[in-house]
Amino acid sequence: MFWAASFAIVVAMVLMLVRAVVGPTVYDRVLSVNSFGTKTVLLLGVLGFLMGRPAFLDIALLYALINFIATIAILKFLRYGRLSGVMDDQDLIRHEGRS
Amino acid sequence: MTLVLDLLSWLCLLGGGFFVIIGAVGVLRFPDFYTRMHAAGITDTLGADLILVGLLFQVPDAITAVKLLLIIVFFVLTSPVATHCVAHAAYAGREAPLTGRLLLRQNVPMAPEDEEASAAAPDDPSEAPV
Repeated sequence: MFWAASFAIVVAMVLMLVRAVVGPTVYDRVLSVNSFGTKTVLLLGVLGFLMGRPAFLDIALLYALINFIATIAILKFLRYGRLSGVMDDQDLIRHEGRS
Repeated sequence: MTLVLDLLSWLCLLGGGFFVIIGAVGVLRFPDFYTRMHAAGITDTLGADLILVGLLFQVPDAITAVKLLLIIVFFVLTSPVATHCVAHAAYAGREAPLTGRLLLRQNVPMAPEDEEASAAAPDDPSEAPV
């Protein structure tokens, strides 16, 4: 039964990669890369059970953490152009309007 | 007992795989960024959690179950947050939806040209730059 689930996940990952390559806007790419990371976590878990090595779940947990942080970091960089400090939305708009 | 567990596991894994594939097809075929985000966001949570619950019925020992539960809790917490962040970034980045552009124009932060036009008008004193 793990074969069926891993096959479905791999097919979904390929489709997500197609959208990540084709995607017209950068948000499409971020979304599909985030979804791809989620499916990677699932594939790691299912493969761990398939090979009889559930220790893969440690890697899956770590990958889930990194995937979430990476998505938020990419979005913040897209929005503000830098990763350091806190920037208000209102300040950003004023800044864009003045410059 | 093992048969019941296997059946439950089969059901959850097959349902999860179904939802994962459906979500991927939706992301590939929907016409608009926001509809794609709907497909990805909804089926990520449901499909991922179904597959992980299906794995949960097959755990050999307790520590594996704890790890799986940690992953499930983390997904339930962060997957909607990530989807919301992408949606908000696209909305604030003036990505227009396929329908309802009027709604977007009224609510999105003003474009630089509009900002200059409204700067000529008397502004709220509490909003004045220091």
